[in-house]
Amino acid sequence: MLSVEEVKHIALLARIGLTDTEVEKYRKDLSGVLDFFKELESLDLSGESLGTAVPRKTNDYREDRAEDFGSAGKQAIMENVPETKDGYVKVKSVF
Amino acid sequence: MIRELHEKLKKGEVTAVALTEEYLRVIEEKDGELGAYLTVLGDDARRAAALVDEKIARGEEIDLLEGIPGAIKDNMCMTGTRTTAASKILDNYIAPYDASVIRKLKESGAVILGKTNMDEFAMGSSTESSAYRQTKNPIDPTRVPGGSSGGSAVAVAAGEAVFALGSDTGGSIRQPASFCGVVGLKPTYGRVSRSGLLAMASSLDQIGPFARTVEDAAIVFSRISGYDPKDVTTAESDGKRFEDCLTGDIRGLKIGLPKEYFSESLDPRVRAIAQEAIRRFESLGAETVEISLPHARYALPTYYIIMPSEVSSNLARFDGIRYGLHIDDRVERIPGSGTLLETYLDSRAYGFGEEVKRRIMLGTYALSAGYYDAYYKKAQAVRELIRKDFADAWKSVDVIFSPTAPEPAFKFGAKTDDPLKMYLSDIYTVMANLAGVPAISFPMGTVEEEGKPLPVGGQLMGKWFDEETILRAADAYERRA
Repeated sequence: MLSVEEVKHIALLARIGLTDTEVEKYRKDLSGVLDFFKELESLDLSGESLGTAVPRKTNDYREDRAEDFGSAGKQAIMENVPETKDGYVKVKSVF
Repeated sequence: MIRELHEKLKKGEVTAVALTEEYLRVIEEKDGELGAYLTVLGDDARRAAALVDEKIARGEEIDLLEGIPGAIKDNMCMTGTRTTAASKILDNYIAPYDASVIRKLKESGAVILGKTNMDEFAMGSSTESSAYRQTKNPIDPTRVPGGSSGGSAVAVAAGEAVFALGSDTGGSIRQPASFCGVVGLKPTYGRVSRSGLLAMASSLDQIGPFARTVEDAAIVFSRISGYDPKDVTTAESDGKRFEDCLTGDIRGLKIGLPKEYFSESLDPRVRAIAQEAIRRFESLGAETVEISLPHARYALPTYYIIMPSEVSSNLARFDGIRYGLHIDDRVERIPGSGTLLETYLDSRAYGFGEEVKRRIMLGTYALSAGYYDAYYKKAQAVRELIRKDFADAWKSVDVIFSPTAPEPAFKFGAKTDDPLKMYLSDIYTVMANLAGVPAISFPMGTVEEEGKPLPVGGQLMGKWFDEETILRAADAYERRA
C-alpha cells in the first residue's frame, strides 16, 4: 500500500492538487492497480531486447522550417489563451 | 448504406441538403434522451451539403462519401469548433486547425453533423467519465454504450449519423461498436494520421470509423488513411479503395482461435455466440485452427503501465497557461509553493475528472525515479513479447478471431466504483493496440436480457497493414447473416 506521503509526492510531480480525502481515495485506488501489475513479476525478461519483433519505419526527415499560420491563425491560437498581455501569453513568475 | 445513398444523390432522388436535414431531425428527436452529441453543427453541415448539391447540379461526378452525414468524436480538432475531449479543462477550447482526418473528410465531401460524447480524454470503457453528459445505449437506455467512443457508436446505431469517427487506444472503437451492434474498425498503427487528435497514449492511439456495415466502414477508412507529413508514424496507403476488396469470398482463409481467449472465464452466452460465428466462418469455406498467444494474460497489466505513462506526459500540456481552464485564486495551499505552481495544481485539480487524475498519477509513478525499470521498462519488454506472439501466429493463420468484449453492455454505475473492474472490459482488445495490428468488431449476435436483445460483437485481428483481409472476412460474414 502506498503511503500518504508517496501519494502526495506523486500528485505534486503530476501537478495535481489533492484534498486530504482525495489522497486517501487515490492511495487505495493506485495501490489496487499496482498490485495488479505484480502479474508481470513472474516473467523472466533478462534476455529480451526491445524493438526487434516487427520491422518498423525509421524516421522521416523534413526541412527545419517554421510554418506561418497567418494572422487569422495566430488570432485563433491566441483566443484560447486565458491571460495575455500585448499579444503575448502571460505567465506568472516562476520564482 | 452509403452506396445506396450515393446512388440516390446521383439520381437526384434526394438532395444532400435534404439528407442532412433528415439526420439533423433525428438528432433533434432522439439526442435529448440518448446524449450522443456534445456539439451539433447544423449550419456548417447544411453549408457543406449545399456545396455537394451544387456540384451535382453542375453535372460533376461525386465521390461515394460526398454529401454523406457523419459525426466526429470530440477529441479531434475541427477549425472554429469547440473541442473538449469531454473534459472541463477544455470547456472553452476552440480548435484553431483541422485534424488531418477532418481535412481528409472535408476534401472527400463528407458532411460533418457534430462532435460526439466520450469518456474524458478517451479514458474509460462506458462513456460515464464524460464531464458533460451521460450517453445511453439505444438498445437499452438503462445500459452504457461502451467507451470511450460511446457517442460515436450511439450516433451510428441510433441513426443520428451514417458513419462516425472514433479513436481506439485499448478498445475504444471496438468495445462500444460491440455494445451498440455496429461495425468498428481500429486500423493498423500508422495507417491513419493522428495529427489533430488530442493525444492520450501516442504509441497506441489510432483513429477509425464506425458504420452500419463493413462496406461503409471500408469506404470511410479508405478516405481517412494514408501518409501524412504531420504524423511521422504514418505509412503510404497508395490510395487503396478497401471497399473494392470486399469480394465475399473467404474460401481457404485460415482463422486462428487463441485458446487464451476462450477460457473458462468467458461469459457462456458470449461463448455460444462465438462458437456459432466460428461455424458460420467454416460454412463460408474458412479453416479454423486453435492457436496460442502465450503472453495474452500479461496484456492488460502491460497496457495499464504503458498507457498511463504516456498519458502522464501527454496531459502535462494542460497547464492552464496556453489554453483551457485557468484558475488563479492566489491561495497558496502548499506552503512556499509559489503562485505559478498553484495555478498548475488548481487548474488541473478542477479541470480533470477522477479517472484522468488516477491515470496521470499512475503514469507519473511508473515513470518516476526508482520505479522506471520495474514498471515502464519491463512493460516495454513484455510488449515486445506480445508483438512476437503475433509474428508467430501469422506464420500459420491469416486472421485471429475472438469476442470483442467479455460481456454485453452493462448497467450504468456497474463498474464505476472499482477501476480494475472497468479495466477488465478491455481484456480482448488491448492486444491489438500493444502489437499495433488492425482489428475490427462486427455484430455477431445478441444476448437476451430483461427482454432486450443486447448486441455482442466479434473481433477479427489481422496482420500489420492488412485491413483488407479482416474487412473481407467480416463483410463475408455479414452477407451470410
